[in-house]
Amino acid sequence: MLIRMNDVQWCFSQVKGAIDDDVAEADIISTVEFNHSGELLATGDKGGRVVIFQQEPESKNQPQCRGEYNVYSTFQSHEPEFDYLKSLEIEEKINKIRWLPQKNAAQFLLSTNDKTIKLWKISERDKRPEGYNLKEEDGRYRDLNTVTTLRVPVFRPMDLMVEASPRRVFANAHTYHVNSISVNSDCETYLSADDLRINLWNLEITDRSFNIVDIKPTNMEELTEVITAVEFHPNQCNTFVYSSSKGTIRLCDMRASALCDKHAKQFEEPEDPNNRSFFSEIISSISDVKFSHSGRYMMTRDYLSVKIWDLNMESRPVETYQVHEYLRSKLCSLYENDCIFDKFECCWNGNDSVVMTGSYNNFFRMFDRGYRQDVTLEASRENSKPRSVLKPRKVSTGGKRKKDEISVDSLDFNKKILHTAWHPLDNIIAVATTNNLYIFQEKLN
Amino acid sequence: MSGDNEETQTTENTPMDEKVQDKVISPEKSEEAKLKARYPNLGNKPGGSDLLRKRLQKGQKYFDSGDYNMAKAKIKNKQLPTAAPEKTEITGDHIPTPQDLPQRKPSLVASKLAG
Repeated sequence: MLIRMNDVQWCFSQVKGAIDDDVAEADIISTVEFNHSGELLATGDKGGRVVIFQQEPESKNQPQCRGEYNVYSTFQSHEPEFDYLKSLEIEEKINKIRWLPQKNAAQFLLSTNDKTIKLWKISERDKRPEGYNLKEEDGRYRDLNTVTTLRVPVFRPMDLMVEASPRRVFANAHTYHVNSISVNSDCETYLSADDLRINLWNLEITDRSFNIVDIKPTNMEELTEVITAVEFHPNQCNTFVYSSSKGTIRLCDMRASALCDKHAKQFEEPEDPNNRSFFSEIISSISDVKFSHSGRYMMTRDYLSVKIWDLNMESRPVETYQVHEYLRSKLCSLYENDCIFDKFECCWNGNDSVVMTGSYNNFFRMFDRGYRQDVTLEASRENSKPRSVLKPRKVSTGGKRKKDEISVDSLDFNKKILHTAWHPLDNIIAVATTNNLYIFQEKLN
Repeated sequence: MSGDNEETQTTENTPMDEKVQDKVISPEKSEEAKLKARYPNLGNKPGGSDLLRKRLQKGQKYFDSGDYNMAKAKIKNKQLPTAAPEKTEITGDHIPTPQDLPQRKPSLVASKLAG
């Protein structure tokens, strides 16, 4: 049953991170991702750290809200490195985190910086063996002369310990900067993409990877486009898509050939040549591509809009939603302050009926596909009283500004929401501002 | 591009009307004019290889291996070793070496999200 989006009231649930305005570079959040059950929520930051939150089971005392997310595990995933050959610094910033579907008691995720992908295992330990014959409880070896009887060590409960360990390191396969990773539905392979190439890996094998897409021109002066994102189809293990800086999406079928330079489908909206400007190509660059859960549609995010494509129709998107059209008349200053190059992500809700993406001034937008409604909400400390309902925001574009509206010139372009995530099943969303993580939940009565 | 207001134009327009209509029909074009007025040397191929190549080379480049080897050779020839960089040093004269670079250590501080 589709619930009309505007019937959903979003309430503040939690906010993570420091309150002070002085943001350290390392604390800038660079990725947010729920796992497949929604029980775990992972964040990565510019300092190479990963923090995983776990949802508490719903308490009988508070049936009005779903469980809160509390810290489950945190670890240093990547460290800064120096490439001596090219004299380049390799940032430890976590570009993407992708969870593997859970197969046993442990949880696995892939995290990547610009050059290296790592497979992390997160496991729980809640019991430990006690009663060794040769060792004391503190680990010291016993004097063998004092050992007169034999006993069987037993497992006793201990305080829960969550351990994260790197199980695989996939290195040295990318000359350019890795921008995305995607786990295959077969749970055996995954893709990693940099600006010019896409590699296919087996999760078990770290010393080999297959290059399946290579768009590097022989003469670099002829370079016209770069790869911006890649994603595997959610249930067809042979199909993946990759987006480009020119606004095209190519769908490839790995059954067709080993090298997927030739695409099976190319999705591109024809451009009106009369409307072409200096900015056209820059704002058409796709910053994120996400398949719907159903696998029937895919969503792309470019600078000003979100587009929904039907995989059966390459000629144009089936739906287009304007995120912040009022910025079209500000492109000059947005180019000068580099904001025009900001890479916004987008996400689907669990039943593919609503899509969400971020904007400036800590605003984020939701679009209901069925009922054709949209709403602008804000992630701010002012609206962070427990369970307070978020009030829709509005940006005034005309001359007259209504009360409670904010004018375009008052928007804070340093407050960007680039990363958002939607719980796979429930109406719970995670929204990252520069250095804070907000969790909002649907108001349940 | 979707979202543009496409107004049907009548065949006869005074120059003044055209200017006004240009602004109404294509805010992008007027923004482009603004940019070109500020930076007259801006090339006409914005999404072209210059911008993309800049993107591919993201990352602070400290030294060029050719320069580095030349600098090392210079040091060998001098009697005295090169002194530590002085404050009066001219930018660009001193070639950094791996030893000079500040070691970037990973953050030992836990993320504030976990606090």
